[in-house]
Amino acid sequence: MIPEIGQFALTLALMTAVVQGILPIWGAARGNAVWMHSAVTTSSLQCFLIFIAFGALMRSFIVSDFTVVNVVENSNSLKPMLFKVAGTWGSHEGSLLLWTLILAVFGAAVALLGRNIPTSLKARTLSVQAWISIGFLSFMLFTSNPFDRAFPPPLDGNDLNPLLQDVGLAMHPPLLYIGYVGFSIVFSFAVAALIEGRVDPAWARWVRPWTLAAWVALTGGIALGSWWAYYELGWGGWWFWDPVENVSFMPWLLGTALLHSAIVTEKRGAFKSWTILLAILTFSLSLLGTFIVRSGLLTSVHAFAVDPERGIYILGLLVLSIGGALTLYAVRAPKMELGGLFAPISREGGLLLNNLLLALATATVLFGTLYPLFLEAITGEKISVGPPFFNASFIPIMLPLVALMGIGPFLSWKRADLLGVYQRLKWVFVFAMLCGLAVWYVQTKGPALAVLAMAIAIWLLVATLREWSLRIKLGQVGIKDSLDRLRRVPRSSHGMTLAHAGLAVCMFGFVGSSAWKSEEILFVEAGTQIEIAGFDVTFEGAERVQGPNYVASVGVLRVERNGRYVTTLRPERRSYPVAQSQTTEAAIRSTPAGDLYASITEPANQEADGQWTLRILYEPLVGFVWLGSLMLVFGGLLSLTDRRLRVGAPKRKTQIVSPPQSLEKT
Amino acid sequence: MSRIVIYLPLFAAIAIGLAGWWGLNPDRDPNAVPSALIGKSVPVFDLLAIEGIQTAGLATADILEIDGPVLVNVFASWCVPCRAEHAVLTRMVQEDGLNLVGINYKNDPSDAAAWLAELGNPYSKIGSDRNGRAGIEWGISGVPETFIVDGNGVVVFRYVGPIQTDAALSSIRQELAQADEDTP
Repeated sequence: MIPEIGQFALTLALMTAVVQGILPIWGAARGNAVWMHSAVTTSSLQCFLIFIAFGALMRSFIVSDFTVVNVVENSNSLKPMLFKVAGTWGSHEGSLLLWTLILAVFGAAVALLGRNIPTSLKARTLSVQAWISIGFLSFMLFTSNPFDRAFPPPLDGNDLNPLLQDVGLAMHPPLLYIGYVGFSIVFSFAVAALIEGRVDPAWARWVRPWTLAAWVALTGGIALGSWWAYYELGWGGWWFWDPVENVSFMPWLLGTALLHSAIVTEKRGAFKSWTILLAILTFSLSLLGTFIVRSGLLTSVHAFAVDPERGIYILGLLVLSIGGALTLYAVRAPKMELGGLFAPISREGGLLLNNLLLALATATVLFGTLYPLFLEAITGEKISVGPPFFNASFIPIMLPLVALMGIGPFLSWKRADLLGVYQRLKWVFVFAMLCGLAVWYVQTKGPALAVLAMAIAIWLLVATLREWSLRIKLGQVGIKDSLDRLRRVPRSSHGMTLAHAGLAVCMFGFVGSSAWKSEEILFVEAGTQIEIAGFDVTFEGAERVQGPNYVASVGVLRVERNGRYVTTLRPERRSYPVAQSQTTEAAIRSTPAGDLYASITEPANQEADGQWTLRILYEPLVGFVWLGSLMLVFGGLLSLTDRRLRVGAPKRKTQIVSPPQSLEKT
Repeated sequence: MSRIVIYLPLFAAIAIGLAGWWGLNPDRDPNAVPSALIGKSVPVFDLLAIEGIQTAGLATADILEIDGPVLVNVFASWCVPCRAEHAVLTRMVQEDGLNLVGINYKNDPSDAAAWLAELGNPYSKIGSDRNGRAGIEWGISGVPETFIVDGNGVVVFRYVGPIQTDAALSSIRQELAQADEDTP
């Protein structure tokens, strides 16, 4: 009964979306206020209905209702409750439902929270958002219904892919989707502005908080995914330039560009058509990602149930949405008036360069990801593009960008005083160079580029802190004055400082763990000793352990340094009998200096009983990757709480302040 | 001019869309990596020995000279999976008595020599392919990669990645037995 309610709610949501897709935009064209306002009701209703459907599916998972095909295929009665809940979005159908839910939540959020957005723009935006909803709801109902029934119902389910049974999974897809799908509302804003034929600084101001919210979630989602691959999947790395990783990274890169170009549109009225294009392309890349992941177009380590028929449907959606939006852009963009003029060396100029480099980096990743497909389509030759291409092309684009990031915040709008910037930054530059030399002295092995990258990261960190300290006049005025300034500086600028510093911290991790890591793979038996990065490791043997729905072999590794006991690592190899698959649980000892990481698998040869394949590696500074990511996320959140983005706040304050003054006069 | 630039994103999207449409062909398996060499004779190459070790170099003629199937393994000391594979290969040479030759791909001779000294040398001949030229002739996409050449000097099988799992090992053994039968 409950699954039928879910199905019914989905069907109703589709119908609501059709109404929302037609009535408000028609009302905006005809100036009918009632029709325009209907968008608020319909988008809230649509969101409510999809919530019901999502709740119904989640209930089926929680009570292990094996009359639902999706539950049978992705759950098991023995599974821990958290993973039963997370199983709701563990499959293609369920994750699609989550996708549409987030789409509807963003629509409803704009409808209810965006009170100061002009009625016609809001109506058009919500209609465009509804068109995307129609596409995905119909896709779900016609090709991937999560509520299909199984008859006769089996006694127990097939279990969720054990790789996905981790707290990381419970959080990673929802966050990633909030990011991915969050850019949909920015896309809708852009298309609505193109239809309306008007883009002004106010438009950029309305769009920015939504962009920022999506960006924060996407940053968190990507970081969590990489953390998950590192700690859970036991891959011994955190980024692999896999197509599925790339498709989540491209919207992030372009979204970052959008975040910065929208500032220029908001403050100076420039870059209008470019900002609109970025808004369209960012979501287009999200859609492209959805298409690539779910159609099995490219070979990837991320296996989703693959079905070419679904691919055709999503491709159709892509053609309509992206093709339509870009055609509209091509027709309307030339009519947009140009914004304020600026000198090449200015805040605008710096942000322009930031945008060009980020767009170039995105294009590089896009090219590398799709090149095998193009080559195969044209010549029939099959190749794969791996980390060497991305490292060789992406890093040289990003390093200058990071170097510029140190200078950017010092530049003033319209025309910047380069000499002044130089005077404020010369000691920072000298300090970064000295640090670079120190790194070079300590760490002579590894590529020279790593030393340069480290120096650039230090440069960014110190320059960012310098800008922040100048802003609050730290050391120039009394500490009390500085603290007072600290409170009065807008939160968005603290957010920028935190995020820029976060990137620098991330870079320490990127460079340390890729350039200076040591790795050993070998066969071991009880008593084998290994020496790695100054640690003496002894393999003491393997134990068998029974878990709730798995059995595990646990290797015991005693770690010593200079004869002193450090820790015992216990990497696991788990076997899930129901799902008939195995997972590796790496054992990791984390310190700020680096991670000692061990994983075991049974040996290739069965005759070699008692022998294990041990992979042990030391990744210097890798923890900084996630520390920096957290700083990026919190920087974004801090910026999001800025009163300037909490729309209309300043106006209200002046109204409250004025009455006492008039009282004094009388 | 700017009109064309404005249409550029649309054209790029259309190109990607067309490639995607083509790629959805249900007969296409994105995971398959075929080799153009299968069924052809051994490519022509001539490699010197690794400096500092006793094992001789490797050339096309050396492979043709050997009777029966030959396993040609592409390896490097910088390649981590090669280390895991090395033990399996060594065991195969000892137990099955197969002919194993190596191509040391883009590797510093002293590193390669140290690697072989540490792990042992199961190869009867090793060519040092420092500039990767022979790797191009063989059409490798990465390291390690392993080819089986039958007694007639025809490449009959290619395996990408480390021979480590039971499945990989049994497919290699099967192909070797097949190649042995086909050899006159």
